This record gives sequence, C-alpha cells and structure tokens, in this order.
Amino acid sequence: MIQVQGLEKSFKQLKVLRGVDIDVARGSIFALLGSNGAGKTTVVKILSTLLRADAGTARVNGFDVAAQAAEVRESISLTGQFAAVDEILSGRENLILVAKLRHLKGPGAVADDLLRRFSLTEAGSRRVATYSGGMRRRLDIAMSLIGSPPVIFLDEPTTGLDPEARIEVWQAVKELAKGGTTVLLTTQYLDEAEHLADRIAILHEGRIIVNGTLDELKRLLPPAKIEYVEKQPSLEDVFLTLVGARTNKEQ
Amino acid sequence: MNKHFVGDTAVLLGRSLRHIARSPDTIITTAIMPIAFMLLFVYVFGGAIETGTDSYVNYLLPGILIITIASGISYTAFRLFLDLKGGIFERFQSMPIARSSVLWAHVLTSLVANLISLVVVTGVALIMGFRTGAGVSGWLAVAGILVLFTLALTWIAVIPGLTAKTLDGASAFSYPLIFLPFVSSAFVPTQSMPGPVRAFAEHQPVTSIVNAIRDLFTQQPVGADIWIALAWCVGILVLAYLFANVTYRRRIS
Repeated sequence: MIQVQGLEKSFKQLKVLRGVDIDVARGSIFALLGSNGAGKTTVVKILSTLLRADAGTARVNGFDVAAQAAEVRESISLTGQFAAVDEILSGRENLILVAKLRHLKGPGAVADDLLRRFSLTEAGSRRVATYSGGMRRRLDIAMSLIGSPPVIFLDEPTTGLDPEARIEVWQAVKELAKGGTTVLLTTQYLDEAEHLADRIAILHEGRIIVNGTLDELKRLLPPAKIEYVEKQPSLEDVFLTLVGARTNKEQ
Repeated sequence: MNKHFVGDTAVLLGRSLRHIARSPDTIITTAIMPIAFMLLFVYVFGGAIETGTDSYVNYLLPGILIITIASGISYTAFRLFLDLKGGIFERFQSMPIARSSVLWAHVLTSLVANLISLVVVTGVALIMGFRTGAGVSGWLAVAGILVLFTLALTWIAVIPGLTAKTLDGASAFSYPLIFLPFVSSAFVPTQSMPGPVRAFAEHQPVTSIVNAIRDLFTQQPVGADIWIALAWCVGILVLAYLFANVTYRRRIS
C-alpha cells in the first residue's frame, strides 16, 4: 500500500533523511518511531505530497508521490502534528467544509454521522475555539476520515493530549484499521507504538534502523529473565480509575 | 485548469466570508481609520485647505476610499498567515482540491470585505454632505476602478501573507500604502507642493486614480487620468499576481 525506497531529503546542509525504506501492507497500522527531529514528519510530508524528496521513490496506493501527486491526494488523508481545524467555524461546519472539498454528496449527513462516531454531536454546533485539546484532535481525525481515503497519515496524533484523550484516539485508530484503512502513524511514545502498531520501524539519524513486529523487535534483545515483582498500579492506572469513575457517575 | 476550481473556490470563499461575518470588527476597523481621517480633514484642517472647490468633502472622498482599500487589504495577509500557521493550509494542500482555489478564495474575500467597507465610508461621507451628480454609469466606472485597485493591492498582500515569519510582519507592509495618498492629490492639490515632492506626487499611482474618480464624481471629462489610472491598476495587478503565484508555488513545493 505504501512503498518507500531510498528516500533522501536535505534542508540546506542538514541531511534529514539518508535513505529510508518502508513497506506498509494494506489494512495494517504501521508506526514510525523516533525521537524529536529524527525526520518522521519529513517522511509523512513527502508521502502526503507536501514536500518533494531529493532522491528515492515513494508510492502510495500504487501512485508515485512525485509524478502522480493528484492521484495520491485522492487516496490519502493527513492529520498533521497540530490540529488542522478551523477555530472560527463550528465542528459541524469544519466537517462539512472538508466533505464539500472532497466533492461528496450530502455533506451535512456525512458531518452528522462523524460527529456521532466521535461523540461530538453535542459540541457540533459550538465553535472549535471552545473545544478541549482532546475534542479538537478527535475532530481533526474525523475530518481526515471524510471520503474514506484508503490511506491515513497521523503525525504524532497524541502529542499534547491527556491520558483519556489519548485512549480515545487510540480507539479511533484501531477501528480505522479494522475497517480496512491503512494507517501510518508517527510517534515518540514507545507505549503508543506498542499498543497500536502491527509493525514498528525505528527512524534514527535519517535511516530505518529496525523494522518488524513488536515480537520481532523484542527478540533483538537477550531473552527475558523471569523475575517476580509485586504488581503496583501505575500512576496512569490510578488516574484513569479515579477520573473514569467520576466521568461514569456524571453520565 | 482543474475542473473543481470554481466549486472549490466557492466553498473556501464561503468559509472566509463566514469568518468575516463572525468577526465583523475587521470591517469596522477597516472603515474607522478612513472615517476618522475624513472627519479630521473636513472639520479641522479642511477650512484652511484651498482646493478651488466649494465642498471639501467632495474633494476628499476619492482619496479616503483609496485609504480604505489600503488598510483593508492587510487583512488578507493576516488571514492567509493564520491559515499557514494553524495547519489548515497543509490540510487543504494534501487534499484533492484545485490548489489555486486557496489563494483565490482569500482574494475574493478581500474584495467582498473591502466593498462593504467602501459602502460604509461612502455612507458616512453622504451624511457629512458629500454630493455627486454622477449617474449610474459614473458610479459603475468608479466601482470598476475601486475593484481593480482592490484586486491589485490584495494580490500584493498575498505575498507577505505567504512569506511573513510573524503576524506583525504579515500586516506591516500596508502602512506605506496607507500613507501614499498623503503625498498625492488626495488631500491637497499637488500645485501647492514644492518641486520634488510635487514631481513624486504627480507621477505615483494614487494621484491619477484619485483624479479619475474625482472627475467621474464631478462629471468632468476624465481625460488622460483614467487611462493612466487603469494602466497603473492593471500593471500592479498583473505583476503582483505573477509574483504571488511564484511565491505560492515555492511555498507549496
């Protein structure tokens, strides 16, 4: 679904990508893992036709990103690092705007359906400026699903979100892949890749240094020693239990 | 041309017009400065200015309309800059839409917003005693010049909107444009100015545009001024359009 070979990109003197190879199978979730500045966003921008590579080839849904940019844009949807939503419009208007730009019939119905799927129906008529970070991100992802593009790029979809919003986003991503969408996501959170991805690639200093399933990556290290450790709840468990209990009561 | 150009432009125009409808302050702030200038010059300085006409507000209005446009177009740079910063610009660029629609929607929005501001300012001038015997064709000619001038300046505004690093930088470019009318025939006849200033004033675009509009309002024969005015407008429009598109293509590739 996504084939990348020998991708190179420099910004002035700085070599960001030094030959990246990736292969993503249809309907799978592929995580591109790397620290800040590793070049994850550059890969995503090249694949979504926003940047041109200096060397190498990249095909998305069978189309070459440089030569067939228009066809690639028909096949993809990008959720960038910062929520690309219109603050002055309402959530529903944002969805309708994208539906119209994708030339769909019945944009209002498309919008209402997505608002329901992302539990934004009540907030739908409010301006996005009043939304919380998690709601914005959900709307952002909902906007990316319009027109059901076969490939979705999510660039650091949960950076800056609180734990609950993160889990909501994860849920949404999992459902996407279940529906047959190919997802390429970048993240700097190891647990995120662990939770979501069918395959994980680590991008380091402009190259993919490892690429495999979680089990394959784990096998790279010496076999696990068995130790008995008292199971303590993590702070995340505590937080989610307390906050979750309260939210349930409110509903 | 992309088959979706008209449809996509209309959708994006609808979006920007909704922005304006929800923050009408952009139209009010655009109209307030020219109205303040008009009040100041008509009721404070006007008595001391010798224009050779009996009504100073009649003399002044064309220049005030030019100032209105010059201050209004900075919002195009402002809105474009915010789209680029906010990430929605990248979303549009990664979608299967006609790419030039993104710019055209902002340009047409500027045209609509400036026309509203111009109507407001003209309304205030009418209250202050502005009168013209111009008929429908005269008004249409004035409107045509103002539309051309707005389009020309708006395409200039697109350039800082695409290239600015900060919000202040995106709108600061319009200050010289606002002050250009002061060194023209907009407020006082150029004959009263010392040599070099007069030479500049008589050969810059605002003077010919102001003179042409003034002649249309007072039903004088417009003479060469209207052709010079049109040449300036079209020349600036074409250059700014080409340069803005080069900047845009550089920005998106």
